[in-house]
Parts: sequence; C-alpha cells; structure tokens
Amino acid sequence: MVSFLRFFINGISLGSVYAIIALGYTMVYGIAKMLNFAHGDVIMVGAYVSFCAMQYLQLPPALSVLCAMVVCTVLGVIIEGLAYRPLRQAASLAVLITAIGVSYFLQNMALLIWSSNPKVYPSVFSVGAIRLFDGELLITSETLLTIFANIVIMIALTLFTGRTKVGKAMRAVSEDKGAAELMGINVNRTISLTFAIGSALAAIAGVLLCSAYPTLQPTTGSMPGIKAFTAAVFGGIGSIPGAMIGGLLLGVIEILGKAYVSTELGDALVFAVLIIVLLFKPSGLLGKPVHEKV
Amino acid sequence: MKLKKNTINNLITYIMVIAAFLLCQWMLASGKMTRSLKGQLIPICVYIVMAVSLNLVVGISGELSLGHAGFMSVGAFSGIVMSAWLAGAFQMENEIVRLLLAMACGGVFAGIAGVLIGIPVLRLRGDYLAIVTLAFGEIIRNIMNCLYFSLDGSRIRISFNNPNLPGTILINGPAGAAGVDKISTFGMGFALILFSLFVVLNLVNSRSGRAIMAIRDNRIAAEAMGINVTKYKMMAFVTSAVLAGMAGALYGLNFSTITASKFKFDTSILVLVFVVLGGIGNIRGSIIAATLLTILPELLRAFNDYRMLVYAIVLILVMLMTNNPTMRAFFERLRPKRSKGEPTAKEGESA
Amino acid sequence: MTQRQNEKTRMVPVPTYAIVPERDVDKRPVLEARHLGIEFGGLKAVEDFNMIVGRTEIAGLIGPNGAGKTTVFNLLTKVYQPTSGTILIDGKDTAGMNTVQANKLGIARTFQNIRLFSNMSVEDNVRIGLHNQVKYGMFSGIFRLPAYWRQEKRQHEQALELLSIFDMQDMASVKAGSLPYGAQRRLEIVRALATNPLLLLLDEPAAGMNPHETEELMENIIKIRDKFQIAVMLIEHDMNLVMGICEGICVLNYGRIIAKGTAEEIQSNPTVIEAYLGKRKGA
Repeated sequence: MVSFLRFFINGISLGSVYAIIALGYTMVYGIAKMLNFAHGDVIMVGAYVSFCAMQYLQLPPALSVLCAMVVCTVLGVIIEGLAYRPLRQAASLAVLITAIGVSYFLQNMALLIWSSNPKVYPSVFSVGAIRLFDGELLITSETLLTIFANIVIMIALTLFTGRTKVGKAMRAVSEDKGAAELMGINVNRTISLTFAIGSALAAIAGVLLCSAYPTLQPTTGSMPGIKAFTAAVFGGIGSIPGAMIGGLLLGVIEILGKAYVSTELGDALVFAVLIIVLLFKPSGLLGKPVHEKV
Repeated sequence: MKLKKNTINNLITYIMVIAAFLLCQWMLASGKMTRSLKGQLIPICVYIVMAVSLNLVVGISGELSLGHAGFMSVGAFSGIVMSAWLAGAFQMENEIVRLLLAMACGGVFAGIAGVLIGIPVLRLRGDYLAIVTLAFGEIIRNIMNCLYFSLDGSRIRISFNNPNLPGTILINGPAGAAGVDKISTFGMGFALILFSLFVVLNLVNSRSGRAIMAIRDNRIAAEAMGINVTKYKMMAFVTSAVLAGMAGALYGLNFSTITASKFKFDTSILVLVFVVLGGIGNIRGSIIAATLLTILPELLRAFNDYRMLVYAIVLILVMLMTNNPTMRAFFERLRPKRSKGEPTAKEGESA
Repeated sequence: MTQRQNEKTRMVPVPTYAIVPERDVDKRPVLEARHLGIEFGGLKAVEDFNMIVGRTEIAGLIGPNGAGKTTVFNLLTKVYQPTSGTILIDGKDTAGMNTVQANKLGIARTFQNIRLFSNMSVEDNVRIGLHNQVKYGMFSGIFRLPAYWRQEKRQHEQALELLSIFDMQDMASVKAGSLPYGAQRRLEIVRALATNPLLLLLDEPAAGMNPHETEELMENIIKIRDKFQIAVMLIEHDMNLVMGICEGICVLNYGRIIAKGTAEEIQSNPTVIEAYLGKRKGA
C-alpha cells in the first residue's frame, strides 16, 4: 500500500512535468494549428542554461531558472519568427518537417556546445523531504515543488486566457484567425506571444524534469517531448485543462505500469491507453468534437 | 497510340532507377566507389522503398503516418528469424532464395501488423491519426524489446520477457539480433525498388488507386459516390506496411547485429522527411530525396562535427524555399525560362 | 417519349401526402420519405417531411435560406441519420444504412459547395462515379491482368460518353480543380450520373451560372431525365429554373413543408409568398 502510494506520488510528479510541457504544445497547437516538434528540445535548452548558470556563473537556483526562462522565451520567439512565420500559409506537413528540422538543429547545436557526455544536474531544491509511515514514504522537496509549480501555472494560465485582454485575443485567434484579424487583433504578435509563453513553460519543465531525473544530454528533451505531446492529444489538443489532465494521467500510468506490469513495457502501456481513449473519444478527453459541414 | 502523360512519367522513373543502378554497378566494377558509399548502397535501397511506401500513405491516401519504422522493424526481425530458420532447419544454401523468402516473410508479418493497427487507426482523422501511428510505432518497438526468439533444432521458440530459451538465441530482447547471416545484396535492393515502384505506380493508376485518391481529395464526396472509405484506406495502409516490411527484412539481413532501437521514432521521421522533401504524392521525388539525404551526411564529411547541424539547416532552408510564397517566387525568377514542351491539356485537345 | 413537354404534366395525388406526375402513378416511386425528421441538440432542423418522387419526375425543393433543404438531402443520402421517420428508395427501407449503401441503392447527389476530387483529372472524377460498375480487384490492377485492360477501356469509353452530355469530353484530361466554376458544377452532375442512380439529387446546380448557362442546364436536366429515365430532385434559388422544369415542387420553411404542388399552384400560394417576402404590413 505504501509502495503504491509512493509510485502514485512519483507518477503525479512526473505527470506534472508532462503537463507543463503539454501546455506548451497545446497552446501552440490551438493557436497556430501546428505540431511544434522542437518543443521538447526547448526543454533541453532550458535545462542546459540553468545548469550552466548554476555551475559556471554560480547563480542561485531560482535565478538560474529565471535565466533559463528568459533564454527559452527569446529562443521560442526567434524560432517562430524565422522558421514558422514564413510558412503560415503553407501546408501543415511542410511546417511539421520544418519543426523537425528545428528540433535537429537544437539537438546538434547542444551537442556542439555541451558535447554528448551526460551532465549530472545538481539537485536544485534539496531542502529536505517529508517522511511518512515511519520513513517508508519519502516525498522529496523536488516532487512537492513540481506539483506545486504545476498547480500555480495551471491557475495562472486559466486566469490569463480567461480574464486578460491578451488572453482573450489568443482565444480569438485560435477560434478563427481571419475573423480575429478583422477585429483588429495582431495575429502575428499573438502567435509570438503564445510561443513565448510555451517556451518559458518549457524552461521550467526542463529544470523540474532534470531535478527529478538528473541526467542531462542533448537528447534529454525528445522522449518527454513526445510523451507530453501524447498527453496533450490525450486530454484533447487545444484544451488547457485537457493538457493538465492528460499529463497527470500519463505520468501516473507510466510509473504504475513500470512498477507493476513491466519496466520495458511502461511506455507501450502509456501509448496503448492513449489509443484506447482516442478510439472512444476521437478528439481526446476534453477536446471538442469536430463536425464536418456537408 | 499516343502514350498518356502519366505513363511517360512512370517510364522516366523506371529508367532513372535502372540508370542509377547501372551507374553504381559500373562504379563498383571500376573501383570508383568509396568504401563508405559502398556500405550505404543497401541502406539507400531500403530507404527508397520506405519512402515510396510511406508516400502511398501520406501522398496518395493523404494520411499522416508517424510510425512507419514500426513496420520496418517487424519486417527486419521476422526476416532474420525466417532466414536463420531456413538455414538451420532446412540447410538451405541458396542465399538468394533465402533472402527472397525472408523478405516475403517480413512483408507478410508487417502486413498483419498493418491490418491490426489499421483497424483502430483508420477510424481517426488528421492529427489524431498521426499521433496514434506514432504511438503504435513506439509500442511495436517496446514489444520487440521484450521478444526472444531461438532456434532449437529445427523449431523456432518464442518467448515474451523470458531470455531463457533452449537452443541458439536468434533475437535477444533489447540486445537485438546478433550474428546475423548477412545475405542482403545490392542487386536484391534494386529488385525491391523496382517491385515497390511496380506495385505503387500500378496501384495508383487503377480502380483501387483512384478510389484511394478520391478519398484523399474529398472523403464526403467519395462516400456519396459509393466508395467504401475504410476498405480503400486500409488497402493503402496495408500495402504500404507490406513494402516497409520487405524493406525491413532487407535492412535486417544487411548487418550482423541489429536492435529494435534502430527503428525508433527518429527513423519514421527520417522517412517522412524524404517523402515531404521529395514532394508529397511524387514517387520519383521520394526516390531522389531518399538517395540524396542518405548520402548527404557522407558528402558533408568536410564539415566534420558540424555535419548534422548543416543537415538541419539545409532541411529548414529547403522547406522555407519550397513553401514560402515570397521565396518561391524569388527562385522562380532565377530559373531560366523554358518554352513549354508539351501544351496544356486544353490547348492540346482542342487544336 | 424523349419529346415529352413538361408544361403538359398533370400532377395527381397519391396516398395522402404527395403528388406525382400522372405517367408515374402506377410505378413504384423512386423515393418515399415518411415523417422524416432530425434534431440537432434539441433543435428540429427538419420535421415531419413527407414526399414521394415518381420514377421519372423532376421535383423541386425550395425555401428561404436556412429552411433545411440541404439537411433533407443529407438525410436522404444518409450523411445524417434521421431521428424519426423512414426513407424508402425504390421501395427499400434505408434504415441503418450509410451513404455508400444508399448510393448503391440508387441515390446520387451533387453538393452545394462543390466537392470535386480536385487533384484528379476530369475523366478520373467520372471514373470514380463508375467505380461500383467496374469489377476488378486490387491484384488485377497491380499486375495488369486482362480484366484490367478490358474494363479500363470500357470505363474510358463510358466516361467520355457521359462527359459528352455536357460537351465536356475535350476536357477529359484537365485537372478538375482548374475548371471554371460552371464546368465544375456540370462535372459534379456527370460524376453523380456515372453511379447509375435512380434518383439524382442536385443541390443548387445553377448557383454561380449566368442566365445563358442556366438555360442550357435546364435543357440538359430534361435531357438527362429522358435519356436515363431517372428522377431528379433539385434544390435551387433560381425560380426561372425551378418553375421552368420542376413538375412537383415542395416548399420548405423552418424545417417544415409549407406547400406542395405544380409551379402554378406554388406561385399563387399565399403561404409561400409570405415565407419568401414576409407578411404584408396592414394586411
């Protein structure tokens, strides 16, 4: 029972990281209708930046996270402006391949700068842990922080898109680009902003991911990226609460699957659940069903 | 009789492939081919077949598939097992026959996987279909990591997650296959390219192929014309899986060791890049793109450590150049104007 | 038979709720819709729709925008499953059928917003219509067995013959998407006709056509009906076309039939006039 609880909490923690990454995917998809495959690599960049800030500049962890967020935000906006904006009218597959190109680019850039040797990410927030059940259940501060960060981000984003003028503009652009433009919304700037927010979140996710799994390599971001993307689809791509629920469920399923079914098949289980969900709800858990008008 | 436009087009494709093969043979015979390029010959054939078969799904049937490497891995491992079984149990000496049977076996098993995956996948649409094919690709890889095959006398033994099998181990779970009898030949790779071209091009210009393209262009209208959408989507998907499985078998039997991690998501994406760069729905383009992009990292050897970075930049630039309206217009202007050789259909017919 | 004039048609009542041309009265109607209805989230888009279309009738379905005309077509072709009522095509109940099965029973349609296979040639579009009349499988296709050559040749001839109805055989190899608008509409009709239907549904066939083209279209619709001996049901806003060729006309407003009859009857029906022009003030 206690071990189940431990796995469950680990699952929630991993799921929170997925959820934060998935938010980036879902927002970008919702607004630009594109799968930003490079998103996972932005996570990796964020983790490296914060690593360097702490290691070489001796900055305190909180400041290093801030550094990572700034760098990733700028990176996200640059990527969008240089690689995706010229393709706004192009076929979605062309944009997808470009995103893959950007992903290769970031990975190989990181390889040149930081080499392929894995770096051991320092435990950023080790301020002790909570011990329950006579020390059998250990909840680390990283776990708590991840879950806490997830909740804060979720609330902040919901308020932002629901209440603020800019947030409403984002929703308008994702509904109908043309109509939003006619209403005087600057579509390009709104899309840039979405990339900026998504990339800043990716930086946070990178730091949290590496605090929990401290091996940092140029390919660190790709698998969590794919899984977070799966989580976004799972919850209904384009939906913010959907990304949250999808991420958490995915994390829990993965950890429990690895613990109780088979270590090798943990990932397979995650994807199998995704497929089953999509068969019954073809647009994800919280996605809006699309009707084709005849 | 006047040849139709697409007949001529297809002929050009066949001639191009045959000419390239003859050129390679000449280079091999006269020793003009570098060692590294020689090693790339069979992989190039494999990737061409992969790209052509994926183009059937992405270009002709219009569905984005991100799990094509999964079929390749099913083909590779079943081909390896088949080849070892034929050699072990039947003392089959003839390598060509063994390779042919192994490829057929790879095609059949990949086809079965295609049917199993197609049933749920093809009910979905667009990006959801894409993510599910990705998921299946990953599931196949995970399952392959847990499968153990051994040859016990003349019997094949299979187990799931249990490495303790009697006999010679053929496939050892995550460690993959080792000591594979390398029987793949460049000639067979060439034959497989011709076969897949034959299948795909002939399919496209037939009743079934037209139905597949009609569904791509307008599903609702196709249904209203009495076309069974699931049947034809499935046909394209499974045909593509069979060809990928055959290519996989050729690939698997080209290396002495191979693991399931060779057929990751990245491989699926790589093949998709060939298809998109070559032009979606353009079979000849797929062939050219697969060839160039497989050789490109070799050609970029001068860049040393920067070569994958350059590859990424080339990829992005090509996408921007071919898809951005302003840039495309710019490049159109650079190109020397040709007088149009063949009149447009309207002019030609009414004259 | 081919010289039949439409003005002379007399419409006679059958069962209780419909009329068909006198010549079709003794034959099994091609379409019979009884109490047809569909709801979208509580909104009744079509309600209690009853209609009979005779074997060789040209029927019209008119009504103001948003009256539910296209929804009726979608119900008849099984794009939507009705929430109530039955549809009989050639006397056969279509309950539980899908679009493909409905097409095989003999119902073919065109679309209000043109839905051609725009990347395929004009001829290939028609060949898709002929799809279910050609019987050779995937293997004959790939390995080019004799069945392939034989049937491809026949299909080619049939396609050209169908295209010649609208004098389009010269455009056979043009990409459908690059045709001018009017030609695209005509191609859609040819394509639907190629499925060998008993009932041809045309959704605003004259939309976007100039008066001359519309005139030609009217002649061609009659020609098609006479040549293939099929029924045609059309939705159209061009009243010259509707009043000129439709024998029985059905007027829909807010999802309900408000009037049925011949052109003269409809033109003088006060309810219809009110639906189109609104109530006259002070009347």
